[in-house]
Amino acid sequence: MSTAALRIALVGNPNCGKTALFNQLTGSRQKVANYAGVTVERKEGRVLTPSGRVLQLLDLPGAYSFDAASPDEVITRDVCHGRYPGEAAPDLIVCVADATNLRLHLRFVLEVQRLGRPMVLALNMMDAAARRGVRIDVAELQRQLGIPVIETVAVRRDGAAALIARLDRQDLPPAPTVTTDHDLHIAVRALLAATVTMPSRTGSVDDALDRITLHPVFGLAILAVLMFLIFQAVFSWAQPLMDGIGAGIAALGALATQSLPDGALKSLLVNGVFSGLGSVLVFLPQILILFLFILVLEESGYLPRAAFLLDRLMFKAGLTGRAFIPLLSSFACAIPGIMATRSIQDPRDRLTTILVAPLMTCSARLPVYTLLIAAFIPQRTVWGLFNLQGIVLFGLYFAGVTSALTVASVIKRLRKDKSEHALLMELPSYRIPNPRDIAIGLKERAEIFLKRVGGIILTLIILLWFLSSFPAAPVDAALPAINYSLAGRIGHFMQPLFAPIGFGWQICVALIPGLAAREVAVSALGTVYAMSGSDDAVATQLGPMIAHQWSLATALSLLAWYVFAPQCLSTLAIIRRETGSWKIVAIAAGYLFALAYAGAFVTFRIASLWS
Amino acid sequence: MRLSELGHHIVATVTAVEDAGAADPIARRLRDLGFVAGELVKIVAHGPVQRDPMLVQIGYTRFALRRAEAARVQVTPEAA
Repeated sequence: MSTAALRIALVGNPNCGKTALFNQLTGSRQKVANYAGVTVERKEGRVLTPSGRVLQLLDLPGAYSFDAASPDEVITRDVCHGRYPGEAAPDLIVCVADATNLRLHLRFVLEVQRLGRPMVLALNMMDAAARRGVRIDVAELQRQLGIPVIETVAVRRDGAAALIARLDRQDLPPAPTVTTDHDLHIAVRALLAATVTMPSRTGSVDDALDRITLHPVFGLAILAVLMFLIFQAVFSWAQPLMDGIGAGIAALGALATQSLPDGALKSLLVNGVFSGLGSVLVFLPQILILFLFILVLEESGYLPRAAFLLDRLMFKAGLTGRAFIPLLSSFACAIPGIMATRSIQDPRDRLTTILVAPLMTCSARLPVYTLLIAAFIPQRTVWGLFNLQGIVLFGLYFAGVTSALTVASVIKRLRKDKSEHALLMELPSYRIPNPRDIAIGLKERAEIFLKRVGGIILTLIILLWFLSSFPAAPVDAALPAINYSLAGRIGHFMQPLFAPIGFGWQICVALIPGLAAREVAVSALGTVYAMSGSDDAVATQLGPMIAHQWSLATALSLLAWYVFAPQCLSTLAIIRRETGSWKIVAIAAGYLFALAYAGAFVTFRIASLWS
Repeated sequence: MRLSELGHHIVATVTAVEDAGAADPIARRLRDLGFVAGELVKIVAHGPVQRDPMLVQIGYTRFALRRAEAARVQVTPEAA
């Protein structure tokens, strides 16, 4: 018996249940990374067979054909052909096909078979096939294909037992003999005729559900209700958890540092490390709740339906229906939104979505909006029905959405590659989501966020702490300590640049710590105006103070700035991670900065004329 | 007629997929997805705006195609 682990590649059409099978086989022994240089996820896992052999299982991206149409399919093709740089050719290919959808999936099985490598066909979802009355002559299929054919039910415990038993055998299945004289479609039809009996009607559940969920009126209504629910959950369920995490980390910081003397080290730990840790972890509940919904909707088969309903509207703006969920997520936070763009296959559509996602009004902007609106916009009823403050807030959200759509259509115009973007999207059968697959998906998202993004955010926050704390204020300081720090100096230095849009040096100074997370700008303003106490206390005192010191034009200008400004380093960090390109980060930051400056400039000038 | 002109729930047979321009990747993909001569297709739903995209049932699979994509597929409706 060889000591090297047998390398097995798992391939199959999208929606064949391949990932569920991978989860079933490997459990939590998975390693998720990216293929070198591209943002396609590389998932590998280890399987320990009953006889003690270790199998190395690579879950290749779903593909309809080796005639690759997306970066995912290029990887699947090249790894299967054994010509992907840095990936050894697989010893064995396990091709997964949905037994209820053999007409489509067998074509790809035949394409894989023509590679002439040792392979096994896993006929997945045999339970669903049986329920629908699809009968498959497995023995005959095995004979005609010349490869072992094994039935699996990926969502059932032990549903992959037969497959594991086959993989556990010492002998590899022989490489199939390859005949290339037949057209693949003709070969599929001949195979189906010889081995599969299908009832005349299948998928009555799908028919009934689609009649409602894709209905021009009811379908959109259901979508709206679902979105409302998700919003509610993200904002209200997450709040107690976020408060708890914030308080917990602060208490932990206090406990860990109570024996330390006051000084730079203590300040670094409390205001740098622990508050940095807090501002990273505080996003976690929102991200997990959001991804819980997205994963359930995705696993159930609803997500492509939502994309179907909205495709036309989004296509007009230079996007795709698939961009809907990432953009919706960005209302909570652009980080999970940009992470969710992985479901968009066309790289051009994905890039556009990533670039406009930061324009969706994320929840971190709300504290700033609330502060400024409460301080400057009078509580007045307009047109006998609406609250003026509410209208302004709505206007800010609306400005975000319209600018995103405008930017997307500008990107569409500017793009050199004008070739048609395909939709060509399969709407899979509805399924009841499997808790294990959801749990594994959530764990993956949380890990990506904590490991890769968290590291960058934490580093930046500590750097910002350093800038705001050094050098220390002189003993007889007349102004708050932050003014004497590097951040304060940078703020004063920046002031001439921001004077045309009405920002005083206090705002400039507050913008710097606000880079870590937008809402920090509120407490930073409090620091600049030498206030102390909890964030809420600062906000209540701060309102009257700035109402007295700033002009209305300055306040409106700052609001306009906040609609666009790229001042969330975490977002830039996730763009870097998801695109792998500093150039894209520079483009995103550059255009957002230009928009923010222009928006604030116009607002300031117009408002100055008025008042 | 073109698949994009086919009425709701009318069964039709695919006769050909035409390339829009030389080496059209979308037409190639349509063939890979099973849009080949002899297959039966049916439009089962339309998008809410301008009836675009359209949901095409082929075999037991459903594909959402934009009108421009569906226009590449030539079909003959079954005699009712």
